[in-house]
Amino acid sequence: MTESNTAAISINQVSKRFEDLQALNGVNLTVRQGEFFGLLGPNGAGKSTLINALAGLLRVDSGTLEVMGHDVDKGYRQARQKLGVVPQEIVMDPFFTVRETLQFQSGYFGIRNNDVWIDELLEQLNLADKQDTNMRKLSGGMKRRVLIAQALVHKPPVLVLDEPTAGVDVELRQSMWRFVKRLHNEGHTIVLTTHYLEEAEELCDRIAIINHGQIIALEDKDDLLARGLGSKLVVRATQGISAVPGELKDKVLKLEGRTLELSLHKDQDSIMEILDRLRAAAMTIDHVSVVNDSLEDVFVQMTGNSSAESQGARR
Amino acid sequence: MNWVACYTLFRKEISRFVKVWLQTVIAPVITSMLYVLVFGHVLEGRVEVFAGVSYVAFLIPGLMMMTVIQNAFANTSSSLIQSKVMGSLVFIMLPPFSHLEFFLAYVGAAIVRGLAVGVGVFLLAVLYVDVPVHNIFIVILFAILGSYVMGALGMVAGIWAEKFDQIAAFQSFLIVPLTFLSGVFYSISSLPPFWYALTKWNPFFYMIDGFRYGFFGQSDQPVMTSFLAMSGAAIVLTLVVLSFLRSGYKLRDS
Ligand SMILES: Nc1ncnc2c1ncn2[C@@H]1O[C@H](COP(=O)(O)OP(=O)(O)OP(=O)(O)O)[C@@H](O)[C@H]1O
Ligand SMILES: [Mg+2]
Repeated sequence: MTESNTAAISINQVSKRFEDLQALNGVNLTVRQGEFFGLLGPNGAGKSTLINALAGLLRVDSGTLEVMGHDVDKGYRQARQKLGVVPQEIVMDPFFTVRETLQFQSGYFGIRNNDVWIDELLEQLNLADKQDTNMRKLSGGMKRRVLIAQALVHKPPVLVLDEPTAGVDVELRQSMWRFVKRLHNEGHTIVLTTHYLEEAEELCDRIAIINHGQIIALEDKDDLLARGLGSKLVVRATQGISAVPGELKDKVLKLEGRTLELSLHKDQDSIMEILDRLRAAAMTIDHVSVVNDSLEDVFVQMTGNSSAESQGARR
Repeated sequence: MNWVACYTLFRKEISRFVKVWLQTVIAPVITSMLYVLVFGHVLEGRVEVFAGVSYVAFLIPGLMMMTVIQNAFANTSSSLIQSKVMGSLVFIMLPPFSHLEFFLAYVGAAIVRGLAVGVGVFLLAVLYVDVPVHNIFIVILFAILGSYVMGALGMVAGIWAEKFDQIAAFQSFLIVPLTFLSGVFYSISSLPPFWYALTKWNPFFYMIDGFRYGFFGQSDQPVMTSFLAMSGAAIVLTLVVLSFLRSGYKLRDS
């Protein structure tokens, strides 16, 4: 097989159990080179467990994982050389400055004199003025950006970001995404987990949804969005709405003053019909809008979870 | 073998203790000088262990080795447990180190720390008392072997432990008693037969006895015996640590 058609990440039948909890349950997943891939799922779904297994931080019970065609166990040296991981937890070595941290990390990957690339990373991640500051004295968001820089010191073709934007302010988040997009354009494969679904919706080409240690959806983003059950009809009346016709009662999402929100099933409902019913009930309609399902809606429908705490598949 | 990777980790482990040198180098040197002053003052002239060697002079190599042992152990064990507790272990688990590279980097730094404190004790001690050096190569050989063994033992402890207290327990219930009972302050030939026999099972005894031979040309055991005992310990511990690293024991299963 040539380098170019090797999968960036290939995960085969991977299972992992923590005592009484099946954290990963027969996961299969392939990420192609050059993809911007989203790995979504509620808290405790198994995202970080899967990433840790890929990074060799964790041994799985069965199945295999490969990075650029290298088994993460048998070919761990090559696999790790090709992989950059930004861990979910903010961690640091309190003995060193930002620059020292990055220099050591470069050396660990066998790279000497990496200062040109380190300078660029510091610049791109807005850390240049903090480079001689001790890690202990950085804010949380700065520490997270150092983690991103650390993951990139060896220019890995595959970059995995486990919730990189948690705790990063809006402006920096945007500059961070600009940088990640640039890396993507330069050919890096990016895998992202995030609970900000708008981010995934905007950035990712393909998305997997994982829940209770199983992949429950794996599709192009657009197909996944099209799988949404429908959309939302927002009607504004000229006066306060007091009652909704009986046959529409089930569809009401929200009724507040002059605004009525109804769920709209994409196959079963007709907007015209609904509006006719409302007019028949003597409502004077001022304004109508249709809001399509976002990734968040699809996500909630599929995982039955509004991103709140979920228990793993306990047995 | 990726020497850049191994050397970088080695350098990182060294700068970790050099950045806090007061605590990691100066403090232990001062502690062992206190032993010299107190025991030397109390016992000088009352005890003669080796013919023609003053008690204080006799004491110095044992104290040097004791300091070397404790600090080589502390260097690897505290570094590992600290990385685990702080979570910075990921930074050394993600890179493609081979098991040997990883091992050599940690043990190498432990040897540097061991030699640093050993030399420190020696330099202060010679201001106070004349210490003969019978064979400098044996002195250096045993200092390196001793800190290698203890650096490796510190890795075992650091890999096994999950909390700082467990390392502290390892130190107070194993390392400190075994070093005190290994003949730092006396020659074991002055012991009753039972304790004499028991001490011969104490690995630290061979570190100190062989090291002391390097200074005085006299020892309880033939220096070759001590050398073989130390080398055996070094080989066994190397294999234990490498097999821990290979299996990912306690490092790659969280
Ligand atoms: N070391 C461990 N020991 C025991 N259980 C664990 C361990 N690590 C993770 N788990 C459990 O495995 C399940 C999956 O955890 P994981 O961290 O992979 O979730 P996640 O999808 O990353 O969630 P989040 O969005 O909150 O980061 C959880 O129920 C978690 O409690
Ligand atoms: Mg997670």
